[in-house]
Amino acid sequence: MHADAHGHAGHGHGAQHPALQHQFETMGQQKEAAVLGMWAFLLTEVLFFGGLFMAYMLYRIWYPDAFVAASTSIDLKWGALNTVVLIGSSLTMALAVRAAQTNQRKATVNWLILTMVLGTVFLGVKVIEYADKFEHHHVPGPNFVWAEPGHEAAGADAGTASDHAVSAQEAANLQNHTQIFFSLYFTMTGLHALHMIIGIGIMLVITWQAYSGRFSSEYYTPVEMTGLYWHFVDIVWIYLFPLLYLIDRS
Amino acid sequence: MFGHVSPLKVYIGIFAALMVLTVVTILVAYVDLGEMNKVVAMGIASFKATLVVLYFMHVKYSSRLTKLIVVSGFFFLAILLTLTMADYGSRQWVNPPAILQ
Repeated sequence: MHADAHGHAGHGHGAQHPALQHQFETMGQQKEAAVLGMWAFLLTEVLFFGGLFMAYMLYRIWYPDAFVAASTSIDLKWGALNTVVLIGSSLTMALAVRAAQTNQRKATVNWLILTMVLGTVFLGVKVIEYADKFEHHHVPGPNFVWAEPGHEAAGADAGTASDHAVSAQEAANLQNHTQIFFSLYFTMTGLHALHMIIGIGIMLVITWQAYSGRFSSEYYTPVEMTGLYWHFVDIVWIYLFPLLYLIDRS
Repeated sequence: MFGHVSPLKVYIGIFAALMVLTVVTILVAYVDLGEMNKVVAMGIASFKATLVVLYFMHVKYSSRLTKLIVVSGFFFLAILLTLTMADYGSRQWVNPPAILQ
């Protein structure tokens, strides 16, 4: 009996890490499977947002004037601030993973909390921006009004009736096509914000687990997976910022 | 124990590079490059995304299988964008804009 028990331990089954699930041989293999699965999920997300990017690009090519006018009407400074905040939160997330890798429990918790704070700042700025859109009637729907700055001037010096008809048609087109821009704006930034809210929710759980001492240099996979998700959300914004705020400002 | 631990310097350096590229992409938006405006903006964004994927998401230090999966995903995104663009680009030729209006 005694010898048998020792023999058992000698085969390496006695000193298993408590987080190692029975279908995996080693912790390394378990982590590799998790990374692979997470990337498979993220790639479905890439194609999900990719479809929206495709729609945006196509409409931008179809209605360049309306898209430039609508895109230029958005306040650049909020978008720029949010870019800095979100890339900053990616840095703090990466440092949280690094702290978990190097057995720094307190640092892991602190970096995760800072990441959540920065994510919340981002969402707060988004609230200011959305409120601004409601104020200016730039929310698609029955109350949408596109008032082009030079519109009154163009109507005043319109001489003939045919000129007037053309400019009225152009104004109607602009009203419709800028609305398409703002539909895409709210869909894309709204879905991005939803991903961030989910990310912060996941981080709340992970922070609690980190605080409880569940992670170490041998097992920090959940922290790393949360990081992969958060960095993906950052990448989506890295594309959204130039597309919605920047192109053709000159 | 396992998994590559990047030095702090790498993370700070990548963050600094991302900040510099953000400033560059904002400044370049005020320069009129015609059709190249979109290409330059998307080029800078893709470079930033690549830095995040390689260093923040540790793909640079991942197994070849993970790298293959990541690359295949962006390959499928390229198929989505290219074939849809090709479709819409050639439809206008089949149905001239005059008939549509």
